[in-house]
Amino acid sequence: MIVDPVTLMVALITVATPVLLAAIGELVVEKAGVLNLGVEGMMIMGAVCGFVVAHHSGSAAVGFAAGMAGGAALAMLFAVLTQLLMANQVASGLALTLFGLGLAALIGVGYGGRDLPAVYRPFPEVWHDIAVIGPIVFSHSALVYVALLLVVAVWLVLTRTRIGLVLRAVGENHDAAHALGYKVVRIRIAAILFGGACAGLGGAFLSVVRVQNWLEGMTAGAGWIALALVVFAAWKPWRVLLGAWLFGGIAALQLRLQAAEVGVPVALLDASPYLITIIVLVIISSDRSRAALNAPAMLGRIFHTSG
Amino acid sequence: MIALEKRPQPARGWVIGAPLLAVVLTMIAGGIMFAALGKDPVGAIRIIFWDPLFSEQFSGYSRPQLLVKAGPLILIAIGLSLGFRAGIWNIGAEGQYIVGALCGAAFGLAFWPSTHPLIFPGMVLAGLLGGVLWAMIPALLRVYARTNEILVSLLLVYVAEAMLASAATGWLRNPEGAGFPGSRNLARHAGTDNPELIAGTGMHWGVLAAFVAVIMAYVIMTRHVLGYQIRLAGQAPRAARFGGVNAGRLVILCMGVSGALAGMAGLFEVAGPAGRISIDFNVGYGFTAIIVAFLGRLNPIGILLAGLLLALTFIGGELAQLMLGIPAPAIQAFQGMLLFFLLALDVLANYRVKLKRRVAA
Amino acid sequence: MKLLPKFLTSAALAVGLAMPAFAQDPFKVGFIYVGTPGDYGWTYEHDQARLAVEATYGDAVETVYLESVPEGADAERSITQMILGGADMIFTTSFGYGEATNAVAARFPDVYFEHATGYMREHANVSTYNARFYEGRAVLGHIAGQMTESNIIGYIGSYPIPEVIQGINSAFLHARAVNPDVEFRVVWAYTWFDPAIEADAAQALIDAGADVIMQHTDSTAPQTVAQEAGIISFGQASDMIQFAPRPRVASIIDNWAPYYIRRVGEAMNGTWTQSDIWEGMPEGMVVIGELTEAIPAEVRASAQEMIDALKAGTYHPFTGPINKQDGSPWLAAGEVADDGTLLGMNFYVEGITGDIPN
Repeated sequence: MIVDPVTLMVALITVATPVLLAAIGELVVEKAGVLNLGVEGMMIMGAVCGFVVAHHSGSAAVGFAAGMAGGAALAMLFAVLTQLLMANQVASGLALTLFGLGLAALIGVGYGGRDLPAVYRPFPEVWHDIAVIGPIVFSHSALVYVALLLVVAVWLVLTRTRIGLVLRAVGENHDAAHALGYKVVRIRIAAILFGGACAGLGGAFLSVVRVQNWLEGMTAGAGWIALALVVFAAWKPWRVLLGAWLFGGIAALQLRLQAAEVGVPVALLDASPYLITIIVLVIISSDRSRAALNAPAMLGRIFHTSG
Repeated sequence: MIALEKRPQPARGWVIGAPLLAVVLTMIAGGIMFAALGKDPVGAIRIIFWDPLFSEQFSGYSRPQLLVKAGPLILIAIGLSLGFRAGIWNIGAEGQYIVGALCGAAFGLAFWPSTHPLIFPGMVLAGLLGGVLWAMIPALLRVYARTNEILVSLLLVYVAEAMLASAATGWLRNPEGAGFPGSRNLARHAGTDNPELIAGTGMHWGVLAAFVAVIMAYVIMTRHVLGYQIRLAGQAPRAARFGGVNAGRLVILCMGVSGALAGMAGLFEVAGPAGRISIDFNVGYGFTAIIVAFLGRLNPIGILLAGLLLALTFIGGELAQLMLGIPAPAIQAFQGMLLFFLLALDVLANYRVKLKRRVAA
Repeated sequence: MKLLPKFLTSAALAVGLAMPAFAQDPFKVGFIYVGTPGDYGWTYEHDQARLAVEATYGDAVETVYLESVPEGADAERSITQMILGGADMIFTTSFGYGEATNAVAARFPDVYFEHATGYMREHANVSTYNARFYEGRAVLGHIAGQMTESNIIGYIGSYPIPEVIQGINSAFLHARAVNPDVEFRVVWAYTWFDPAIEADAAQALIDAGADVIMQHTDSTAPQTVAQEAGIISFGQASDMIQFAPRPRVASIIDNWAPYYIRRVGEAMNGTWTQSDIWEGMPEGMVVIGELTEAIPAEVRASAQEMIDALKAGTYHPFTGPINKQDGSPWLAAGEVADDGTLLGMNFYVEGITGDIPN
């Protein structure tokens, strides 16, 4: 076989994790009717805060918490701008990315190359050696499983609980939700903070687990892929997971095809994750039976009430 | 407690006053940041906002550079603003910019070394068509396959970047460049160059095109039925449909125009300031233009001013790095602050701030 | 690197004697960086050299830099503003700045320009300099070929450009010379710096059987992956010593400091002339970082011999007989590659199985 499917599976799960974390957070934000394009900025803040704190505390878990706090802190800025001051969401999100990249670089000065606590893998070493499922299922670091649990949790909360119902109501029709007595602004701020924390956790995964170093600009566009995934997933949690694995899988596969020296132009392989994602989306969305695009009706709209 | 009351019309005074107040607040907040970094805050603010325009040492050079930097931003942002107003989200202008540059450059290089006077117009046309072509992919997919244009246009940026890298290292590589990546220099060859039209002003065809685009957009939005349709589609999609606006046609038109302008911006850049196709030819104009469009409130005049202001902070920020040793990330954060304040204070133009007593329920 | 401070002090003394004793405006040297000093790779090393210039000349020089300057139009503006700000000498530290450097040089004939890794010298005040990275790659290939057990060496390329292809060929030839069964697998990341993609590329190579990773991209991400996989790797551009003794068993370091110190000194005392230098291990522009204990003693010894020969200038890594990939002869026995061919190198040598993109 040209490419070993087991190691490919292991790789795609790892590759997908930071983007998956950021995307599942953004999904909740968008479900509440808010479009935050600042994912890249929140991720890089999470990456730097996670790294710095993990280095000083000697605990990866504390680092992850700090990454979440860093992402959420930046998200708070976005929340104030868009929810309290009614600023335009698209522009605020882009500004957030610019600001986050700058601030993260300032915080991280001198931290490159510092040492980190070891990565924690929850399953015993011997389990990793079980044929096929050992490496695929048991070999990962803790955060990989957290990300998967998060997808399940978000799906459950959105579809099975009252909180989820209210959140979706706010995203579909904020005036009606307001009329029913829900605090639209507060709910949205909570969703934005959750999204920031998830993006920050994704960034911390990159710096503390994947790369194990702080490097300026290290997210290198992962936040944008996360945004694309939410749209790809038509705002459904399980499809975010599918999209992240599809995208990560093709990214991992194309590098393996290069290593296997197959005769496909490298430029084409390089672009393949993006091209195939587009093609899959076209196939899914042209299916007539799923006519609705599923975008929350209030996405990006400003809510204001002169009470 | 403080409450906000929506104004029926944006307040005239605050439309101008809010951005000015935002700049002042940015100076204060940025000054605090610079001081915290141990740099002279007053000097830094002066260098960023004043020196590029008025200092004897720099302004002679910086002022024209302002146009060079703002030109592509404005040109792209004008195109995007039409679509944004209609609720059509092209966020892949960066890709259209790249493909425009590639097509335009390829056209010029195909006739190398001819200096025929029609070559440059042909390049402009090729650049325009390249941008349109790249924008048509998300547009047609949205109209005929109901595929979300945000995702498609964004992902096509990465595809365009892969094409750019393969062009620079392969099919557009300079055959006399000793194997190094990058195309021939278009800017240094009569016939393919986009020269400075009036020496010492920075004004090249792309800057001129940006100004023309501002005027055209202004006329379309205020005087033409298309402008009405765009506004209607953005504010009330259902009403627009009943009002006879063909939604599909509008998507193709708006995406096509924004692709055309982004593609032209790419061509003017590659044939002028950048000079040639290289691996890292694109520097994010397509994304920054989105900020410019919204900062200008999607209004042509506003976009013109926003583009110039952002260009000023780029050039002034660079001077601050040079003269005071302020780190580049601090300048980036400073730009972020400026955008935050500009966006936040828009609230003053659109809402009335009122103090009101809490009423018992 | 412990020798460096000592070397710097002696250099400072030597130059100090040559300097005029009276106080004057410091000589201002500007640097244009393509990345950030925080990349711990390419730009980091240029910045280290800038600091070495400051340490050497003290108050007699002042240095400024601009980081993350895009190549093209922005570079031309950045360089010009630097000169308007008083710079007397400019180092532009990436290939893509060539056109901009020469364009500005035409307008400021009194300013000295030094452009890294390029070839354009259209004006008398522009010099170019480059490092023979392929010399260092030969040593790494020599070590890699003997340490691999799977006989597969993974190589992460950035873009298919001559500088990278030289490195692959050089490393391959020297790995093959000590291990006839060795094979190279090349993965192109199409980026100079993207830690996540570089990590994925390293993982893909490891999964394809590689037990040695070489990289020609700038971040430390592949080192981390190699460490987790328990295989070996080499520091790139900077020493990356924090990954020693394993996975990083050696490193190829860009050491620009001696050249920068020399050229700034020449510009200050008026002896600067246009030049086009391509220096390597003999001049100390390319340095092999510490060979760690993880390398078997006899391999370390033979690697050291090769280092000594390269430093002495008695050995050229591209010495025939060498055939091109398609089997056609390139260099006859004993023949040494000419610089022109190397600088434009766009072919693999015989034995490499992959294709160069395009």
